[in-house]
Order: sequence, then structure tokens, then C-alpha cells
Amino acid sequence: MAQWQDVCSIDDLQPDSGVCALVDGQQVALFYMPKESAVYALNNYDPFGKANVLSRGLIGDINGQPVVASPLYKQHFNLQTGICLEDETVIIPAYAVRMENGSVQISMTE
Amino acid sequence: MSTKQTLVVIGNGMVGQNFLASLVASSAKDDYEIITFCEEPRPAYDRVHLSAFFSGKTAEDLSLVEPGFFEKHGITIHMGDKAVKICRESKTVVSQKGITIRYDKLVLATGSFPFVPPVPGHDRPQCLVYRTIEDLEAMAAAAKNGKVGVVVGGGLLGLEAANALKDLGLQVHVVEFAPRLMAVQLDEAGGAMLRRKIENLGVTVHTGKNTSLITDGDQCVNKMCFADGEELETDIVLFSAGIRPRDDIARDCALEVGPRGGIVINNQCLTSDADIYAIGECALWNGMIYGLVAPGYAMARTVVADLAGNAASFTGADMSTKLKLMGVDVASIGDAHAKTQGALVYTYQNGDREVYKRLVVSQDKKQLLGAVLVGDASGYGTLLQYCINGIELPENPDALILPARSDESVGLGPDALPMSAQICSCYDVTKGAICQVIEAGCTTIGELKAETKAATGCGGCAALLKSVMNSELAKQGFAVNTDICEHFAYTRQEIFTLISVEEIKTFDSLLETHGKGRGCEICKPLVGSILSSHWNDFVLKTEHMALQDTNDAFLANMQKDGTYSVIPRITGGEITPDMLIVLGEVGKKYKLYTKLTGGQRVALLGAPVDQLPAIWKELIDAGFESGHAYGKSLRTVKSCVGSSWCRYGVDDSVGLAIELENRYKGLRSPHKIKFAVSGCTRECAEAQSKDIGIIATESGWNLYVCGNGGMKPRHADLFATSLDKETLIKYIDRLLSFYVRTADRLQRTSVWMENMEGGLDYLKSVVINDKLGLCEQLEQQMQYVIDTYQCEWKATIADELKLKRFHHFVNSNQADDNVVFVQERGQIRPADDDERKHFKLVEVA
Ligand code: SRM
Ligand SMILES: Cc1cc2nc3c(=O)[nH]c(=O)nc-3n(C[C@H](O)[C@H](O)[C@H](O)COP(=O)(O)OP(=O)(O)OC[C@H]3O[C@@H](n4cnc5c(N)ncnc54)[C@H](O)[C@@H]3O)c2cc1C
Ligand code: SF4
Ligand code: FES
Repeated sequence: MAQWQDVCSIDDLQPDSGVCALVDGQQVALFYMPKESAVYALNNYDPFGKANVLSRGLIGDINGQPVVASPLYKQHFNLQTGICLEDETVIIPAYAVRMENGSVQISMTE
Repeated sequence: MSTKQTLVVIGNGMVGQNFLASLVASSAKDDYEIITFCEEPRPAYDRVHLSAFFSGKTAEDLSLVEPGFFEKHGITIHMGDKAVKICRESKTVVSQKGITIRYDKLVLATGSFPFVPPVPGHDRPQCLVYRTIEDLEAMAAAAKNGKVGVVVGGGLLGLEAANALKDLGLQVHVVEFAPRLMAVQLDEAGGAMLRRKIENLGVTVHTGKNTSLITDGDQCVNKMCFADGEELETDIVLFSAGIRPRDDIARDCALEVGPRGGIVINNQCLTSDADIYAIGECALWNGMIYGLVAPGYAMARTVVADLAGNAASFTGADMSTKLKLMGVDVASIGDAHAKTQGALVYTYQNGDREVYKRLVVSQDKKQLLGAVLVGDASGYGTLLQYCINGIELPENPDALILPARSDESVGLGPDALPMSAQICSCYDVTKGAICQVIEAGCTTIGELKAETKAATGCGGCAALLKSVMNSELAKQGFAVNTDICEHFAYTRQEIFTLISVEEIKTFDSLLETHGKGRGCEICKPLVGSILSSHWNDFVLKTEHMALQDTNDAFLANMQKDGTYSVIPRITGGEITPDMLIVLGEVGKKYKLYTKLTGGQRVALLGAPVDQLPAIWKELIDAGFESGHAYGKSLRTVKSCVGSSWCRYGVDDSVGLAIELENRYKGLRSPHKIKFAVSGCTRECAEAQSKDIGIIATESGWNLYVCGNGGMKPRHADLFATSLDKETLIKYIDRLLSFYVRTADRLQRTSVWMENMEGGLDYLKSVVINDKLGLCEQLEQQMQYVIDTYQCEWKATIADELKLKRFHHFVNSNQADDNVVFVQERGQIRPADDDERKHFKLVEVA
């Protein structure tokens, strides 16, 4: 069962880009696409660059998949699945996330 | 026991070297011990591009010999040693240094020497010729103290020499004995048009002039007196009155030579001795001396084939040429003077655009015999193919030289060429050979050049090669895709135009009208940069925020561990002690790593994102500004101390550097831009390695453009000389605006220039002569950016909303626990993987 917890307010998100939140000791990158009313959550750690930076990458889409490009070495990660487009064996944790009553909620279990 | 025969080559010039390279690539290479005599102090270099020496190419750049070539192939080269005697009975060659070598086969590749008319005074000081690197060094030395230069001879080479003198800053005259310029290649009307164009460029042309004496000048070193009584004062006299084959050594051993010189050869390039060949400019074939490289290379190939036992013969060569002389296109093909029986002539002349074209066609109007083009040689490739491949002409041949009418296309597309068509005459590369290589997987011009050598000689075939390649690639289903990414089916230049013409102000509206999807990390920063170049909004304005690359988004460069660098602007590298102290104090307070950069400023590294605003606030309060070290924009303008302090300084390089840096700071561009200003030719600021380099001279500023350090260094090209500051700035405004408009994404000025059709000359024609009629617009575009400059850090600090982003977490004030430093040489640096293990990090993902 999903255990939703409030993380921040929707106003804390940056339109068409990312911010980072601390949830249960984990760094979570939150990406916001207001036009689609979509929000995505991935772990903030870039396994290639070995640094907590993914929230500062540019977002967009490649072949219809929503992606973030790492700011360090530009690998793309699918925002829904965390799968790296350049190397599908590399998968970063993706979290369930939703917007409820002006807040952003995340479920770290599942 | 060696069974090898000895092959001796006399002369290591363009053709001699080409012969050696073809020989070692052939099956005959194992049969011969190869020895060559090279009179010059260096092995073969590219004489065809000799003039590039004046725009910064060095002797090494011009070399035609790969490093290690002789060693690798076991060839003995006697450098700086001249063969002085051939003894045909004993089959030996004796050199000036006293070496005697027995040969089995001998190849003469001694080239030619410039003819100097025996006018009294022809050997006076500063009476020079134009053939070797040493000649050019003498010219440059003479030009230093001179004001006037006269070229004797208005042929192809003479005009090139005139151009060189002009670039050296002299006032130039061309004196020609014949009634017109380039008499060999051009007809009367073509010559007249060329003359007008060249005179418009400030060169004085005197035709029908016979020099009778050179003597002491009054204002200049020399004075030339002409048969008609006129006189001309000049510092330099440069003879370019034709070439004479170097056949002395052949003459002395009684080989047959022509009545006006030249070693007589047959179709196998054999001289009157069956063991001695002659190739290149020293050889006389069928009464002809060829003063071009391509026929020389064809002779070299013939000899290699003959030595390998293959049938081959040299049966004459095409003398067609296309050149750009002082920015004027000139081309001549085949029988330009219509000497063929029954030939028909068509001419087209446009006095307003200064274009002259002439076609010479066979009596039955089916074959093109020759052509002359002045002012617009764009049809050269097509016409040459009609001519040398005997392709049947269209019904109205004149359509080939008339300006294209919209309803019909007359160009001979690459598809119309037969597989046997010779595309590159320097290296005898046919269309068939090119197609083969493309089929084998070559898809870029670079690969094609490396594989076939096409377009690596005179370069005249480059445009045709490219169109053959593109058409073949298209046929094989390779789409030549120039779209920037999947979201926009346009090139950067097209997007620039769309934004400008439709006055588009945001990424979203561009995406809505011209794109698809959501964008990506390619198109967003690209559009962001173009929007900035146009409207120069604050880059962190809400609607532009999400377009910025990470570095621009945080106005700092991200380091490997996710921290940032702080690099404030230090214009021209000049800084007061007080300001230096501020940098030291800030570095100390925030425990940053400090280092001097290669751009004459100070970097403070290792700042976590949440400290950036506080650090910058202190810096701004002390008077610093953003250094844009994070942006694709102007970086630094390096300077040397210049005339204020340096005993050699000619002008105030620091002052100019500061003025220029302040002028262009903040300009967003396709890639970063770097400048440098040196106070004299000692060049301590290394200006010739910059996008824009400026060097002070006694007579003004010299401007160099499109240099690059970095991954693939490129020497900058001399663009204009002796400029006053106002003109200098005008040229830079125009050039940079033009770069911003037309370059590809992440293309430095060096690559931009190298990919530009027409290269430096074209760029000059746009920026200096306003060929496109754009200059006013380009200047306005720049002025707008200058007028709307703001320091991005100052604007950010003043805006609470913008500062909200400068936290590691949106919901916590904790720091990133993955950022761990260790001490080294008294400062911090990021811990490496091993060191991290000892710090017991909280597990991450
Ligand atoms: C800090 C500095 C090295 C130093 O410690 O001295 C530096 C640091 C970086 N350079 Fe550089 N370059 C620095 C001077 C140079 C110079 C020397 C110069 O400017 O005189 C060059 C060669 C000159 C030139 O550009 O033509 C230089 C050629 C490059 C290149 C290769 C560019 C090219 O055209 O080949 C890159 C890669 C790129 O831009 O794509 C690069 C890229 C970088 C990046 C941005 C790499 C990156 O993406 O992280 C480095 C950022 C470090 C950081 O964390 O801020 N850096 N870099 C220098 C900053 C100068 C300044 O004050 O702004
Ligand atoms: C400025 C300039 C521009 C040119 N532009 C073009 C152009 O655009 N297109 C074109 O096709 N051609 C051009 N040419 C002509 C081209 O350079 C020549 O056709 C070509 O160099 C001929 O090659 P070669 O080997 O026969 O002679 P060279 O290149 O002159 O080589 C002969 C070499 O032999 C050496 N030598 C002579 N005698 C001896 C000896 N006894 N012992 C040892 N060494 C000896 C000489 O020192 C010389 O190094 C240009 C020439 C010049 C000078
Ligand atoms: S040379 Fe390489 S390592 Fe050094 S600063 Fe430049 S980019 Fe970084
Ligand atoms: S024709 Fe000279 S390089 Fe191709």
C-alpha cells in the first residue's frame, strides 16, 4: 500500500525544471511539468557522475518519453521508470508522487 | 644480398614528393633503394598555398611530408644538398657536398625558377621573387620598412603576389607588359573586367608597360623607369614574369632539351636517356611546360606505373584554373581564346554586378571547348565537367552562363556525371572512386578526403566533392539530417531567422508554432541562447529559466561533486590590490579552493549551491561582476602589460582589452568567445590563439580572427591591418553578430570559419565590404545587446524569488552529505572514492 507523505507545496516546485527534497533521509529530485499537470520523482543521485545533482538537469522528452538529462555527463533517465536511455542496465529509483490540495506527496514504499 | 636497384630522385619539391608518396604506395616499392636530393633546407612544402604563410601558416603547416615519412619507408634524403652533375656513362650523380651515388634509374624533379627580366638594376636591394619560403621571409622583412610595392607581371602568380604585398600593408602596383591582366587565361573583355575589380580594391594596374631601368629612388629604395618615360618609386620590386624550367643539370649531360628550355620527355615521361625520367615543371612534353601541380602529379603517377611494369602514359593535362584573386573569382577552362576551328562564342556581361562570362562551344554546339568567368565563378564545376568529360550540351548552351531563370534549372547536378568523370584533377579521383568509398561507409567530407585524397591539393574541387557526396548519401538512404533535434525540424540558423522575423519572445511560443513535443537539453539552451542574443532578457526570467543549461541556471559551473565555481570578471586581467584582498577574504571566509585561471582571473571553487548567493553578495558589494564563466558567451579578454609599462609596447593593450571586455560582456553566442590584446608583435597575450585577437602596431591595430586553443588549436587569420579603434570595434561588432546569426550550436568561430564556403575572403567581403548589405543591421544587433547589459548576479541577488532556488533541498536546510572535502597543499579538494569510504557516508540509493 502506498504511504503518502507531504513533501512540500506545489509552489515550491520550479516549472519545467527540478528541485530536490529530503524524504526519509533520501534525496528526491522532483520534476514539474505544469502544462501537463505532471510531477515526477527520481532519486537525486547520478550514478555516472556519482553526485547528487539530477534535480538540476534539463527536462524534456525523447521519443515521447519524459526524461531528465544529467547535468554532469548528459545521460538521460526516464522520469517515470528511472531507466537510463543510454544504458538500460542502469536504473535509478523512481517514486510514486502526486499533487493533493496544493501539496506534493510522495510514497517511498512500494 | 640485396637485389634492389637504386633509384635517385633529384628535387624534393611538390612533384618529387608526390612521386615518392605514390611510389611507396605501389608494388614497385620493394624493388628500389630510394635516395633523394633536396636543395632547399626543408623537405617538400605546399607552394600552391604559399601565400597562406602571410596569414599565419608556418613552414611546418605547409609541409607536404608526414613526420617520419622518410624513415618509415627507408628513403635516404640528402637535405640541403644539391645534385650538381650527372654522369650518364658511369650512371652516377654527384652532389654539391661531394656525395657520389650510382643509380639504376634517375628521376629529375627539379622544378623551375622565376624568370627575372635582365633589366639593368634587376639585382638591386629589395628586388625579389616569389617561389620559396625564404623568398617570402625576404618580402616580409622588406615590407617592414617599406610603403610601396610593385609586382612585375600581371599573370596569375603576379596577382597573388600583389595580394600578399597588399596584406603586408603596402601600397601596391602591378606592372604588366601585355595589354591585359592574366593574358594566358583571359580574353580581352575578361581581362578588362578583372582590372576594374582589382583597381577598385586599391591596387594600381599599369598594362602595356615595359621596364627599362631600376635605379635609386628619392622617397623609396628603388625607382623604376619605363620605356615610355614614366617613372614609379617603390620600396619592393617583385618579379613575377613567368617561370623557366631548371634544366641545367640535364643540359650539362647532353639530355635533349627544348629550344626555349625544358627537359624533353615522351608519353612515359622518359627523357632521351631510357633510364632517366623527368617530371613536373622541369619537363617539356609535346612542346609544353605545365606550370601547375596537377599535370606534375599525373606525370609522377605515370612514372610509378612504368616502374611497376604497368602500361601508362601521360597524354597532356587540363590547364583549367579557378582562383580567387583578392576576393575576385576568376576561372578559365580549356580553349578560352576560341582557337579551335569553327568555335562559337557566347558572352554575358553585367557591368553593374561586374560579372563577365564567356563560353566557347564546338561548331555543332554539342561540346563545350572552353570558358572564361570573372566576378562569379560559381558555374566552374559544372562547366569543367561538360568540358573534360565531353558531356553533350543542352540545346541552348548560353543558358549555362545566363543568370538562372526561375522556371528552368541548368546546373549539371552530380547525378548527371558519368562514373568516369574526374572530380579531383590534382589526385585523379573519379566520381566512381568516390562512390565506392561512400559505399564502404565513409559519410563525411573528412573521411572522404582521408580515404581518396580528393580536395586535398588545390582544393578547387571541394564544392563538387561535397555535392557528389550528398547526392550519393541521399541515394543510399542516408538522410543528411541537419535538424537540431527531434523537436524542431530546423537548423540553428533557421531558428535564428524564425525568432527574428516573427519576433518570437519565448521558447513556448516557438515550440507551439514551429516545434513538437516538450523540448530537450539540446533545443532548450539553443533557443534560450538565441532569445538572449535577440532580446537580451534576464536569463533567469521565469519564462526562460527552464531553458538554461545547469551552469546558466545557477550562474556558476557545476563541479564533479555537484558544488560550483565562482569566477568574477577581472576585465583585461587588471585588478587592484584591494580587490585582490576581497577575493582572498571571500575565499578564506567560505573555505573555497582558490586558483588562478588560464584566462587571467581568479577561480574560487567548491561552493555548495546554497552559499552562492552569499558569496556573490559580498563580491558584488565590493564591486565585482559576473564573469560569465558559466555561459556560452564572452569569457575573457586577455592582455599583456602593453605600452604603459613594457619597454617594447606600442599601444595600450590593457586599456583596449578592458574596453572590449566591457563592451561585449554578457553577449550570448553559439559557443564561448575569447579575446586577447597584445601590445606589440612579441604577442605575450597570445592573441593569435583567440576567437578575436588584436595586436598593436606602429600604424594601428591588427585584427586576427577565428583562432582557437583547446582541443584542436587553430592559428587565427589576419583579417585587417592598421585599424583605428573605431574601425576595429565596428569590424568586431559585425563579425560577432554575423557569427551569432549563422554559426551552428556549440561551434567555435574557428570551426565556423572552416566550414564557411569562401572562408576568410568571404568573411572579409561580408564584414569589410558589406557584400550582403547587412552591416548596419549587424551593428544595431550588437548595440542592442550592449545597451541592455546587466550583471546577472546583481539581478539575481536583488530578487527574493530567484534566490529561492539556491537551496540544496526545498524542504530542509541540511547540506548535501555527499559533498566531502579533504585537505591538499593547504586547501580543500573533493574526496575521491577511496577517501569517501573512510568518512562513512550515509548510504545513498
Ligand atoms: C577554470 C579554467 C581552467 C583553469 O583552472 O585555468 C577552465 C575550466 C574549464 N574549461 Fe576551459 N578553462 C579555462 C581556460 C581555458 C582556456 C585558456 C584560455 O581561455 O586562455 C582554454 C583554451 C582556449 C580556447 O578556448 O580556445 C580552454 C579550453 C576549454 C575547452 C575546449 C574548447 C575548444 O574549443 O576546444 C573546453 C570544452 C568546451 O568548451 O566544450 C573547456 C571547458 C572547461 C570547463 C567548463 C569544463 C566543464 O564543462 O566543466 C571547465 C570548468 C571548470 C569549472 O569548474 O569552472 N575549456 N579553457 C580556465 C578558466 C578561464 C577563465 O578565467 O574563464
Ligand atoms: C606562389 C605560388 C602559387 C602557386 N599556385 C598554384 C596553383 O594555384 N595551382 C597550381 O596548380 N600550381 C600553382 N603553383 C605552381 C606549383 O607550385 C608548381 O607547379 C609545383 O610546385 C611544381 O612542382 P615541382 O616539383 O615540379 O617543382 P618545385 O615544387 O619547384 O620543386 C623542385 C624542387 O627541386 C629542387 N631542386 C632543383 N634542382 C635541384 C638539384 N639539382 N638538386 C636538388 N634539388 C634540386 C628545388 O630547390 C625545389 O625544391 C604556384 C606556385 C607558386 C610559387
Ligand atoms: S583542461 Fe580539462 S580538466 Fe583542465 S580545466 Fe580544462 S576541461 Fe577541466
Ligand atoms: S582538383 Fe585540386 S584538390 Fe581536387
